[in-house]
Order: sequence, then C-alpha cells, then structure tokens
Amino acid sequence: MIAYFIPPEKLGTPPMSDSPWELLPTASNHAQSLDGLYILLTAVTGISFVLVIGTMFYFMWKYKMKSEDDKTSPLTHNGKLEFAWSAIPAIFLMVFFVWGELDFVKLSSPPADSIDIHVTGQKWYWTFEYPGRPVAATTEVEDGEIAPLLVVPKGQAVRLTMTSKDVIHSFYIPAFRVKKDVVPGRYTYVWFEATELGDFPVFCTEYCGDEHSSMLAVVRVVEPEDYKAEVAAATTLEQGEGESLEQFGEKVYKAFACNSCHNTDATRKVGPGFGGLYGKSENLADGSSVEADENYIRESIMEPNAKIVAGYTPQMPSFAGQINDEQLNALIAYIKSLK
Amino acid sequence: MSDDKNHEAVEPSYLTAKKGLMSWLITVDHKRIGLMYLAATMFFFLVAGLLAIALRTELFTGQQDFMSAQTYNKVFTLHGAIMVFLFIIPSVPAAMGNFVLPLMLGAKDVAFPKLNLLSFYIYCIAAIMLVMTLLLGSLDTGWTFYTPYSKSTGSAVIMATMGAFVAGFSSILTGLNFVVTVHKMRAPGMTWNRMPLMIWALYATALIQIMATPVLAITLFLLIIERTLNIGIFDPAMGGDPVLYQHFFWFYSHPAVYIMILPGFGIISEIITVHSRKHIFGYRAIAMSSVAIAVISFIVWGHHMFVSGQSELAGVVFSFLTFAVAVPTAIKVFSWVATLYGGSIRYTTPMWYGLVFLWTFTIGGLTGVYLGTLSVDVHLHETYFVVAHFHYVMVGGTVVAFLGGLYHWWPKFFGRMYNETAGKISALLVFIGFNMTFLTQFFLGHQGMPRRYYAYLPEYEVMHQVSTIGSWILALGLFTVLGTLVMALKNGERAPANPWKAVSLEWQTASPPIEHNFHMTPRVTGSPYDFPEIDKSAGAHH
Ligand code: HEC
Ligand SMILES: [Cu+2]
Ligand SMILES: [Cu+2]
Repeated sequence: MIAYFIPPEKLGTPPMSDSPWELLPTASNHAQSLDGLYILLTAVTGISFVLVIGTMFYFMWKYKMKSEDDKTSPLTHNGKLEFAWSAIPAIFLMVFFVWGELDFVKLSSPPADSIDIHVTGQKWYWTFEYPGRPVAATTEVEDGEIAPLLVVPKGQAVRLTMTSKDVIHSFYIPAFRVKKDVVPGRYTYVWFEATELGDFPVFCTEYCGDEHSSMLAVVRVVEPEDYKAEVAAATTLEQGEGESLEQFGEKVYKAFACNSCHNTDATRKVGPGFGGLYGKSENLADGSSVEADENYIRESIMEPNAKIVAGYTPQMPSFAGQINDEQLNALIAYIKSLK
Repeated sequence: MSDDKNHEAVEPSYLTAKKGLMSWLITVDHKRIGLMYLAATMFFFLVAGLLAIALRTELFTGQQDFMSAQTYNKVFTLHGAIMVFLFIIPSVPAAMGNFVLPLMLGAKDVAFPKLNLLSFYIYCIAAIMLVMTLLLGSLDTGWTFYTPYSKSTGSAVIMATMGAFVAGFSSILTGLNFVVTVHKMRAPGMTWNRMPLMIWALYATALIQIMATPVLAITLFLLIIERTLNIGIFDPAMGGDPVLYQHFFWFYSHPAVYIMILPGFGIISEIITVHSRKHIFGYRAIAMSSVAIAVISFIVWGHHMFVSGQSELAGVVFSFLTFAVAVPTAIKVFSWVATLYGGSIRYTTPMWYGLVFLWTFTIGGLTGVYLGTLSVDVHLHETYFVVAHFHYVMVGGTVVAFLGGLYHWWPKFFGRMYNETAGKISALLVFIGFNMTFLTQFFLGHQGMPRRYYAYLPEYEVMHQVSTIGSWILALGLFTVLGTLVMALKNGERAPANPWKAVSLEWQTASPPIEHNFHMTPRVTGSPYDFPEIDKSAGAHH
C-alpha cells in the first residue's frame, strides 16, 4: 500500500519507440492483433483520403473558372454512384466492427488461471498489492524518487482487479494496449499476458485533479523464474541498516505520497505545510484549537476527518491499516524534524 | 438576376433604420440579434482561443514551465467550457443562422422575434455565470464535469454547471424558434425540396437542440442538487453511481456534437455550390443524411464509454451504431466533392475555406472510424488521438466552415467587400497552422500520450513542439481573419446586392438588407442551386 506520485521526467522508463510514426512495442498478447487492425485502418482510411482529396484536387484544377460565361454541368445526382459510395464504405466499416469486436471480447475475458493482482487508484498514485505481501510494490526511479511498480511474469496471464478510493481514474499501459477506468465503489478488470521483457510506463488517463499528469507507475516484465524474487524485493519497506529513523520516515513519507498534498516547509498545498508544525497550537475548523503533538499527528494520519484544520476541506484519505507501527513512528519522527 | 431595383436604394438598411444603443438592445430584428450573437460568440472565441495558446505554450516542454498544475487544469477547463457552450454551439445557429435563416426562407423575421431576443439575453446571463467562475477561481473539472470529481472539487462547479444549464435554455428557445419558422414562414413556392441545404442543416440542428438539451439540463440539475442537498445520485460515497452521470452527460453531448457540426455542413453546401456555379450533387441525400444523423446521434452516446466499465454488450451495440453514423457522413463528403465536377470554380476566400474544410473534415471523419472500432478505442481513448480527432471535426469542420460563412455572407451582413488577397492569406495560414497543430497529435495519441497532462514523458517532446509552433501559426491566421473583416467594415468596397450571383433568397434583396428583409414577399419557382451558367441542354437528368 505504498506508492508515490512522480513527475513524468523522473519516471525513467526507456522510450517506447524511436520515432513518432513507429508503432509502440508489441509487449502483450493484445498488442499484435490490435496493431494489425490499426494498420488495416490506416491503410483503408489513408487510401480513402487520397481518393477523395485527390479527386478534389483534380476537379479543382480541371474545373477552375476559365471565363465568366463558362457553362457548367447540369448533373444533380446519380443513383448508382450514390448507392456505390454508401455501400462500399459500409462493407469496410463492417470489417472493422467485427474485428474490433472480437478483440474487445477477448480483452474482456481473462483466463481462469490468471495471476491476480489488486490495484487501487487514488489521488495521485497507484497501489499494487500482491497477495500475502505486507506493503505495495515500489521501485526507485530517477533522483531517488519512488514509483509504484507492477511486476508481472512474461508469458503468463495476469488479471488486475481495480478500484478507486476517491474519484474515477483510468489505468493505461500503452505498450500492452490495455486501458480501463478505475471507479470508486466498484471493481473493474484488466487482463493481459506480457510478451516482452523490460520496463514500460503506466498512465492515468481519466482526469483526476491537480497531479493527474504525475499519476504514473512502472510495469516491469520479468522472466517467470525471477518473478517471486522480484515481487519480494519490491514489496518491502523497512528501516535499512545505518538509516536513521528520520531518514526512514522520509522514505515512508514519499512512499505514501504525502507530498502530493503537503509541503515540507510551512507553505500550503492541498493540505497544510509541515514546517514548524510540531509543538505549535493548531486552529481547527470548529473554532477550537489543539496542540500539535505526537498524538495529534498520529490521529491526523489514521483518522484525518476527526479534526479538520481551519481553512482546509476534509480531503485527506485515512491511512489506517496501510501504515504499520514502525513506519508510523518513523513518519512522525520525520514530521517532527521539519522546521 | 437584376436585383438592384431603384427603390431599394432609398429605403434605409436594417443597420441605419434605427439609431442609438437602445435600438440595438431592445431590437427584435433577427439580423441585429444575429449580429449581437456574432459579436458575443466571436469575443468568447478570442478568449478561449487565447487560453488554448497558453496551454500549447505550456506544453512546449515536457516539464512544468510557466503554469502550475492547478492553473493548467483551470485553463483547459475554461478553454473547453467556453469554446463549447459559449462559442461553437451558438456560433453558427444563433449568430449566423439567426441572420440568414429568415432571409433564405423569404420571411420577414423568425416566428417569435421577442423570444429570439430573450434567447440572446439568456445566453448573456449564462456567459456571465461561466465567466464568474473565474472570480470564484476553482473550476478545474474539465468541460465534462465528471462525477465524483466534480463533487469533490471547489464550489465554482455549481456556478459553472448553472451557467451551462442556463445556456441550454437559450439553445432550446433558438431551436424552437427555428423549427416553427421553417414550418410556417417559407416563402410561397418554397417546398421542402426547394429549401437551401443551410436551412435543412439548421432545421436538423434545431430538432436536436430541442430534444437533447433538456437531458443536459436535468443532468446538470441533478449534479447541483447532489452537491447542495447532499443527496446521493452520482457519488458512490453516498450510494450514487458515477458512471450513470456519464450516460446522462453523453446522451446530450453526443447529439451536441452534431449541434456543433451540422450547421457547418449547411454552410459548406452553400459555399461549394455558389462558388463553383453548380447544382448541389445529391440534394436529397444530403438533406436526408442530416436528418438521419440527427436521429442516430441519439443512440450512440455509449461510444464515449467503451472503457468506463459499462457492459461489454453495450460497448458492442454502441460501436455498431457508431459505424451506422459514419455512412451518412461519408455520403455528404462525397457529394460535395462530386459537386465540383463540371463546375466553373471561382477561387474566392469562402471557396478556399470550403476546400480547406473538405480536407480537414475528411481527416476528422476518417479518424472517427478508428475510435468507433472497439479494441482500437481501448488503446486510443483519452489520448491525444481523441484530442486531434475532435479538433479536426470541431475546428477543422465547424470553425473553418464558420470562417468561410463569415466571408461568404459578410457582404450581406454589412454591405462591404473584404480584401480577397488578405482573405486568401488567412485561409492559407489557418490551413497550415491547423494541420501542424493537430496532425501531430494523432501521432502523440497512437504513441500513448494521455490528454489533460501539463507535463509528459520526454519521448513526446518533439511532436508537442511542432504542435505548439503550429498553434501559433493558426493564431496568426485567425488574427488575419479578424483584421480583414474589420478592415472591410472600415474601408471595404460597397458590396452589390448579390456579389456571388447566387440564387437563394438572401441575395435577392439589398446588401445590407432593409429592415423587413424584402419589399415584396418573394416567390420561389425552382431550386436554390439553379445557376444561370448551368448548361440545361447538356442532357443530364434533373
Ligand atoms: C489527498 C491529499 C492528502 C494526502 C495524500 C495526505 N494529506 Fe494530510 N492533509 C490533507 C488535508 C486537506 C489536510 C487538512 C485537513 C485536515 O485536517 O484533514 C491534511 C492534514 C494533515 C495533518 C494535520 C496538519 C496540521 O497542520 O494540523 C497531518 C499531520 C497530515 N495531514 C499528515 C499526512 C501524512 C503523514 C500523509 C501521508 C501518509 C498525508 N497527510 C497525506 C490532505 C492530504
Ligand atoms: Cu488521473
Ligand atoms: Cu460521441
């Protein structure tokens, strides 16, 4: 249940293709058939465009006014021609429809033996939970930033069960050609079989507020035999050796994306800044005030709506059940250290 | 064709018949109301256009440059909301349509002139409400107001949705007025089959406005109720259904796409015929396809929701119906191109815009086929491909047609000719700028670049830069349009009553027209596309 919202330039996934007109990597079972259809569409629409616009250019040249008293053709309609140009496009359209439909049905039917991974979207990060693992999967990307990580084995079907904690998001892996809205209050599903090793970007494609552009993640396709070890490595958040409590706290802070709403100095963002918070007397929305001690900070994280800071709206999600005691202690130590 | 009868010159035009500001503010003359709409919609086009340039400039690099994330989100929301509700929807029907519809019908005015003025003031109130959100400072939902996001964000949402709600009433009243006018006020001899295609297009649009807009109003009203009274309708936290909102919203907003584009089709049918001296090819097919589009447009809304979590079966049905709309649209494009055949093409500025329209709208239509295809849409949905597609339809289609219409009817509006060379330069700049801006975005889209991002991965930077430079050229082209039209008013040559030698009725009266349009009710004896140049002896059937 740890993750982080991350500026796009720091995601660090290798470019998906070398030039803008190239197709994306065919990194999943869905990509190949889709690309075939995409190429067919491009060929048919491209030829149609050339025919229509070519005819237009030809007429533009041929029937340019020669003199004011040119005579023009009395043609007003032609039943056969009109039938032909209604029927022929209709045939092509049916081909596209059927092909698209068949692939769409496949996209919606995960095999029974798929690996299940739980995905949660929330402003503005993804959480990838693996059964039996204590924390969500993350990876360190550029400049020490931490990004949510989806580890999947190559050649095995994976099914994502997705929901949102706040507004609608949409889960999109361009390299896999899969996308599905992630809706609060219900589950939606995406499935795929990765076919190419490597790191690929994950985007949020349903507008969800301030940091929508930074609601990114990495999907990492690994060999099936490395899968277990990679998942284990990605789902551990513990105090490292030689790491101070505050340093670990900072990691936790980033991992749970507190910085998407809070600044580490005293300036306001979605929520109040933390600089100089500890020990000061905080005014609350109900007119009372409270001293910002350890208990208050703990309560603010676990039950954020219990006390609302004056001038703010109750937007903070609860982290109860997500942050364990060690992590919480480190987090509080870190907030205390911010001046 | 000799229409400069002497007594017409002595009677003052609608512009000079009454004087003073009040004579405009309380006018019930459809021409003056049309011009007031024109001024207002052009103003909002400028505002929303400048916002677009700001957005494109921010996107010149992948990082955040001069706008914060919040600012970017507010700017794209306002850009979309103003363009859709205050510019595109009213631009052709309410501004241009108001002016030309009664003239083309040979009528003295619309059926309900006072109601017409009321629509204009309702529109103004809506505009003020939408602009007020700027002061309230927190509208960042996108023009679609999706729930539950629109429930959780700042309070300006209520004001904005109220604005869109009120704008809807203006739209409904204009639609109602037009439908009655077309049914009741056609000149003697103007059978349905002798109506100019512009009228057919405005008629089909008006039908959609009357039938679809109430659904938007109800939807926005439910949104407001949910927010103010805390009744769970769309918000899952209160037992509502957020996807239901999308169904309601698109049930209006897909037909609304045709409210935006059908009038543009009408303009193009007029321009292409008049400036190539040809009868329209396939009159009946074009007229009927407008009506067919109007009807089918009500049952395709789900194609905006293929990945929303609606049932797979619904997705399949909506995809099928969407392809069904593609056919009448294709028929129109083919018919316009075929109209050029055997013509005598005059390369006037309106004609250039007509030809630019054929280019851009064809691209807009063809790329729609990608998005109607289920599996392909899963990949392209909510990426720049969609952004490029709808700008090709809305800007490359409606706005280009609107500009062509402005040049075409400007002499009729004001009795002044514009400068042809400057007009053609504007068309060239718009063509280059527009295609540079949006063609690149198809590539961004198929590469996976999501929309509504203020910062993006480095691999998308080159295409974004080409697009941004294109948007500056487009802006230059649009300012050239403004320049040529304003200059025409100041020192343009006096326009004759019928500079294009057109046959439809609006050209059979003075430029600018007299207050009551016609001295004597005109009689219609044939098709509006029966030009004197047409060689009747050539033997093709009618
Ligand atoms: C979605 C935005 C959001 C996220 C993410 C978020 N917060 Fe908050 N937080 C707020 C808002 C808004 C407030 C002020 C309203 C309130 O008191 O609940 C707040 C208040 C607080 C307060 C009280 C501050 C004060 O000045 O009294 C603390 C402590 C806090 N958050 C800690 C955290 C920590 C730790 C995390 C990460 C685990 C976090 N928050 C994540 C939005 C957020
Ligand atoms: Cu998002
Ligand atoms: Cu639609």
